[in-house]
Amino acid sequence: MTSAYKMEVENLNAWYGSNHVLIDINMKIKDRAVTAIMGPSGCGKTTFIRCLNRMHELVPRARVTGKVVFDGVNIYDDNVDPTWVRRRIGMVFQKPNPFPMLSVYDNVAFGPRIHGIRDRKLLDKIVRQSLEMASLWEEVKNDLRRPASALSGGQQQRLCIARALALEPEVILMDEPTSHLDPISAAKIEMLIRKLAERYTIVIVTHNMQQAARVSDYVAFLYMGKLVEYGPTKEVFERPRNELTEKYVTGKIS
Amino acid sequence: MAGQTKTAHFFDKLPHDKRRPRALITGDKAFKAFTASVASIVVLIIGLMTYYLYLGSRPSIDRFGAGFIVGTEWDPVKGAFGALPLILGTLTTSALALLIALPLSLGVALALSEYMPKKFSNVFSFLVELLAAVPSVVYGLWGLYVLIPFLREVVYPPIRSSLGFLPLFSGPIYGGGVLTASLLLAIMITPIMSAIMRDLFALTPSTLKEAAIALGATKWEAVKLMISYARSGIVAATILGLGRALGEAMAVTMVIGNKFQLLPSSLFDAWYTMAAILANEFIEATDELHISALINVGLLLLVINLIVLICARLIVWRYLKVAGGIMRE
Repeated sequence: MTSAYKMEVENLNAWYGSNHVLIDINMKIKDRAVTAIMGPSGCGKTTFIRCLNRMHELVPRARVTGKVVFDGVNIYDDNVDPTWVRRRIGMVFQKPNPFPMLSVYDNVAFGPRIHGIRDRKLLDKIVRQSLEMASLWEEVKNDLRRPASALSGGQQQRLCIARALALEPEVILMDEPTSHLDPISAAKIEMLIRKLAERYTIVIVTHNMQQAARVSDYVAFLYMGKLVEYGPTKEVFERPRNELTEKYVTGKIS
Repeated sequence: MAGQTKTAHFFDKLPHDKRRPRALITGDKAFKAFTASVASIVVLIIGLMTYYLYLGSRPSIDRFGAGFIVGTEWDPVKGAFGALPLILGTLTTSALALLIALPLSLGVALALSEYMPKKFSNVFSFLVELLAAVPSVVYGLWGLYVLIPFLREVVYPPIRSSLGFLPLFSGPIYGGGVLTASLLLAIMITPIMSAIMRDLFALTPSTLKEAAIALGATKWEAVKLMISYARSGIVAATILGLGRALGEAMAVTMVIGNKFQLLPSSLFDAWYTMAAILANEFIEATDELHISALINVGLLLLVINLIVLICARLIVWRYLKVAGGIMRE
């Protein structure tokens, strides 16, 4: 891998039934950086990142064409196993969704276990490292057997991040990860995102422009299923090239 | 601001009395009284039922005491009654039925909720619910005329020739018997169990499955997670099936062979259950002690059902405790 890009999206189109929600998206996603996807509700942001780890196809009657090249492999190739894709490209959802009946430990260990890691010591190490990386270790280390449902919303979301990290993915997709959290928990997650960007490629969907400005290195603006503008965050916010982007960043459309 | 004054104005028009309007209070109270009385009717019925069963059992209880539970003889002519074989027969057939029905209904429920295309699953769900509503006599007749010949000719002989070295699968094959009754019971309780489990799985949040899939889980791994999420509900559904199996009289008496013996010689042998003997002998019983002994069996059946239900509750509560705030969502 010589390229500075971790993922390259080529002519991506997506449908729900006959509803064409993503139209000819071309985009290169930088390695070890935070790329934010912003745009008004219904513009296709969530669909877009769900196309990046083949979650989109789980919806009945959903369809995708085009390429998403990840480390030189088109993840939509016939011989690519979607479970491989999802192991390498992790995802964090809008609403914290830990497995409520499992303990904190078992939540984090779920991924490694289903991919064949049985060694107790190794699992212990993975769980600890992932929780540390997700800035949750200090809060839960004394009671890893506690059910995940007993944690606060912000802790649950960090647990979900730890759960994704436990598979040592290369890319982490985040779908509005703070929209269900209080401002303090949201700020913690944002700090965490910056920390994670040192080691991982992060793509984050947000409807919150300030958040995009705070956490991202690059930002893409989607509007009605089309990629309107994409570039370094500072440039897009300060000198938008497209009229629509300007309207959006100045709050004239939302 | 304008809106604010408007609402304030609206509330000004309401009576300034600090109590709520009288009509609301009486309505509230009436409804509360209604629900309370309906709920107490349930308690009352169970109480009266137990009381009258006890009353009817008095001659038998006075005569045999606890010996009735461990007695192994049932002879109306001699006036000797003991229910142990019936208790064992009931518990065994129900347990076997559950053992067969649990995986079966889990499979049906998962097929309906997870694996079948929506179009088919709607039709199949309807059929499953229809099966749950078939009267037990119909199951009994079907067992007698279809299941027994089929098992006797096609299923049992190869089982005996391959597993015959085990005492459980040796001995003569009559067609009816312990295993046949258990199978029929399993078939009878599977529909209701799978219908409940299907609803359970349909209610499992999709985010749970999505989270597993996003971690690279296969569909089966995600489904296993869903089963573990729904486990307390699965236990509850199983208990419902067990309750029905324990109390089933008509269908069982038509296929089990109705042979009063402590233990059958094999799974192919005939046996008896508590509900079956009630269905069989109650109409013909004339002797006071005989009638009383039968009512005593009914009382025992109620008690056993109660014990099973309590155990099941305890299991569910324990699960809920382990699962912590699973219900908080």
